[in-house]
Amino acid sequence: MLELRGIVKRFPGVLANDGIDFELLPGEIHTLLGENGAGKSTLMKIVYGLYRPDAGEILVDGTRVDIHRPTDAIELGIGMVHQHFMLVDTLTVAENVAMGLRSSRRPLTDLDVVAERIVELGERFGLPVDPHAVIWQLSVGQRQRVEILKALYRDARLLILDEPTAVLTPQEADQLFDTLRTMTEDGRGIIFISHKLREVLALSDRITVLRHGKVVGEVDDPTAVTREDLARMMVGRDVKLAPDKAPARPGPARLRVRGLRVHGDRGTEAVSGIDLEVRGGEIVGIAGVSGNGQRELAEAIAGLRRPVAGEILVGEVDVAGSSPAEIHAAGVRYISEARMREGAIPGFTVAENLLLVDHGDPRFRRGVLFDDRAIEEHGRRLVAEYRVKTPGLDTPVEHLSGGNIQKLIVARELSARPDVLIAAQPTRGVDIGAAEYIHARLVEERDRGTAVLVISEDLDEILALADRIAVIYEGRIVDVVDRAEADREVLGLMMAGGHPGSGGETAAAAGGAAR
Amino acid sequence: MTAPFRIGLEKRLDPPPYVRWLVPILSILVALGFGAVVIGLAGADPIEAYLQILAGAFGSPAAWLDGEFYAVSETIVRTIPLILTGLAVAVAFRMRFWNIGAEGQLVVGGVFVAWVALFLPELLPGIPQTPWVYLPLMAVAAILGGALWALVPAVLKAALEVDEIITTIMLNFVAILTYQYLFTGPWKDPEGQGFPGSAPFPEFAWLPRIGGRVTLGLFLALAAAVVVWLVFDHTKLGYEIALTGENPEAARYAGVRRAGIILAVMLLSGGLAGLAGFTETAGISHRLQQGLAIGNGFTGIIVAWVAKLRPGWIVLVAFLLSALFVGGDQLQISMGLPASIGAFFQGMILLFVLGGDVFSRYRLRIARRAHVISAEG
Repeated sequence: MLELRGIVKRFPGVLANDGIDFELLPGEIHTLLGENGAGKSTLMKIVYGLYRPDAGEILVDGTRVDIHRPTDAIELGIGMVHQHFMLVDTLTVAENVAMGLRSSRRPLTDLDVVAERIVELGERFGLPVDPHAVIWQLSVGQRQRVEILKALYRDARLLILDEPTAVLTPQEADQLFDTLRTMTEDGRGIIFISHKLREVLALSDRITVLRHGKVVGEVDDPTAVTREDLARMMVGRDVKLAPDKAPARPGPARLRVRGLRVHGDRGTEAVSGIDLEVRGGEIVGIAGVSGNGQRELAEAIAGLRRPVAGEILVGEVDVAGSSPAEIHAAGVRYISEARMREGAIPGFTVAENLLLVDHGDPRFRRGVLFDDRAIEEHGRRLVAEYRVKTPGLDTPVEHLSGGNIQKLIVARELSARPDVLIAAQPTRGVDIGAAEYIHARLVEERDRGTAVLVISEDLDEILALADRIAVIYEGRIVDVVDRAEADREVLGLMMAGGHPGSGGETAAAAGGAAR
Repeated sequence: MTAPFRIGLEKRLDPPPYVRWLVPILSILVALGFGAVVIGLAGADPIEAYLQILAGAFGSPAAWLDGEFYAVSETIVRTIPLILTGLAVAVAFRMRFWNIGAEGQLVVGGVFVAWVALFLPELLPGIPQTPWVYLPLMAVAAILGGALWALVPAVLKAALEVDEIITTIMLNFVAILTYQYLFTGPWKDPEGQGFPGSAPFPEFAWLPRIGGRVTLGLFLALAAAVVVWLVFDHTKLGYEIALTGENPEAARYAGVRRAGIILAVMLLSGGLAGLAGFTETAGISHRLQQGLAIGNGFTGIIVAWVAKLRPGWIVLVAFLLSALFVGGDQLQISMGLPASIGAFFQGMILLFVLGGDVFSRYRLRIARRAHVISAEG
């Protein structure tokens, strides 16, 4: 139903798409797999009319088409579910769906008709949602359903889903996959973009792998390949999906959180009494779906958010409510999940970014002026040691790739040799090569005796890194499980707030023992 | 119904380096082109007008051979306060603190200078009445006055998050009306024969001239530019100012205290604007009178913005804009065009430089329009 022939898209200095051929059949789920910057989003933006190709043609149902803007795409039956939802928070589901469409009762609205059809579509595709609910009241998973319904309402026969599972629990993701399969049975086609290799293998009928703007592999039978095979195709070399790791040799507790309560941005409680302990020489992973208090927990420990109650003991010192500078001095460093907002300063150079936390350190000063040579040396050393790929020390970091920016942040925070390290989503949106490297560095940091707390929404990452796993749900720790006894299914249930079912006893026992 | 082409903007992922200077230069040329049209509409020959502006601002080769540099010295005279207000604005804008109050801060600086020059000799006759003592005292008073005036919006912002755009703008009026009240009321020169203005400053409170009406203020302004450059690029304070402007969240993580930075920035910004009040009163008018609040504080915004907040560029842009002012005055005399033509050009240049900035981040893309073939086909 969709065919792309020789699509070329140039940006100054970059060939984002270099003669890409791609085909989608009716009733098929075709996955587009590739690293950041491989050209997946560019290609999909071309299909959806957000970019124009420099060369190549697009065929829909065998006819050549020109797609100038999203409305053209919608007219052709192409729908897109963006990674960041395009919904108006203060309007209802029906209003959001009807937005931009012509009412059947012009100039009056026909929201009741819209609502009826939403319910109908929801039943047919397994997307139950109340058409009169206001968006901000809905969970993330429900909002995603609204996005999909929006496309279906506009008769999308071809749906593009950009990293749809990033915000879902494993169970919600399974539900989404059921919906997608219902849609393909109906003859619709789906282009699925993801980098979670496990679900790509589980869901896809066909996989096209992109690298540096070119198609480097096509898999017609996903049952015949492994995750490692896919990763190799994406990166172009063998990749370790989990770091080599000796058993942890934990020492005394270095970070102890007791009865911590923290408010979120809206003033409601986001962390509701968390007890947690991280010993030197171990990695504790916090597993959970985004928005269950992880960010607030991390920010409270880093001093960016004042807790309402509770203690945060670093060694024997309570740092709850201390300033970021005091917490740095106590030996805590933080790798923020908001890379470009808190972690890096886009317009600053590599050297200036590496200086962020230490910019007041006397070793970078001579009198009142900066000691440019010391700063440069510091930058050069870290760039080399942490393999940050950059044209130079005075390159603004906004010109670096996400993976290199993250390596730079890791370099900055680890170079302080912290006692406690909080790493929030350390490899989100980072290419596999950089992720592999960062994982290895985090394990190395553990082996140096640091207490490492890794927060991630990617269960695979938690399972690869953590020695103990704490599952967070609605601001509480559901349970703490030893890695050796952790079970993906059980963790998934706990992430949805469920109580541990089978295997729950061992998990609870391990959690109890760990405390 | 629709044009055969569509024009769109596309983000430059990696802008080539020449874009950074080519775009502003082209913007200024386009602004001058538009200016030519307006001059033409006013019934004058645009080329003749531009030559007149050049001659008015810089003089002519013939005059230079005669050792006559009046025109260019007048341009430098106007450049001095613009450098200082441009720097003042740049310091604040660097941390995205929108100080629109340089005009008021300049005026208060001038008032403090006048107070020192007019009343201190009587109040404390023990202070040696020489320029060596009085000029530094007046400069410090100017910095203090501007800084204090800037402190009001700074404290309001730091403590209560009061919008600084509103407070700095409104305080301009307070400052200007107060200063007008002073030289028409209590500080009015009793021997002024009704002429509104304070008594003249004693001569030891005059900034020495170095040629034409150009005073030592020129070196003061250039020194200020060097200091601001050092602060921006080579000090912890400069790093924290830029950091807070670029990324307040990262600044917080880095342990920067936002309130402290706001206060430091506004003390520095107000102080620099206040210094412009010093060069204008102690260097030019030698008294407090009408003409201190002629918009240098606002033009400083244009200077700072066109110069992309870089101290070196601020000096250059201040000089070029003041050439437009002085040359524009010339047009009125020689061609009968309104003197406000200089201000008109400034507005045009700011408009085009700001608008043109889009092209350093985006490039134009012209695509042939083709029909969408509908799916039924």
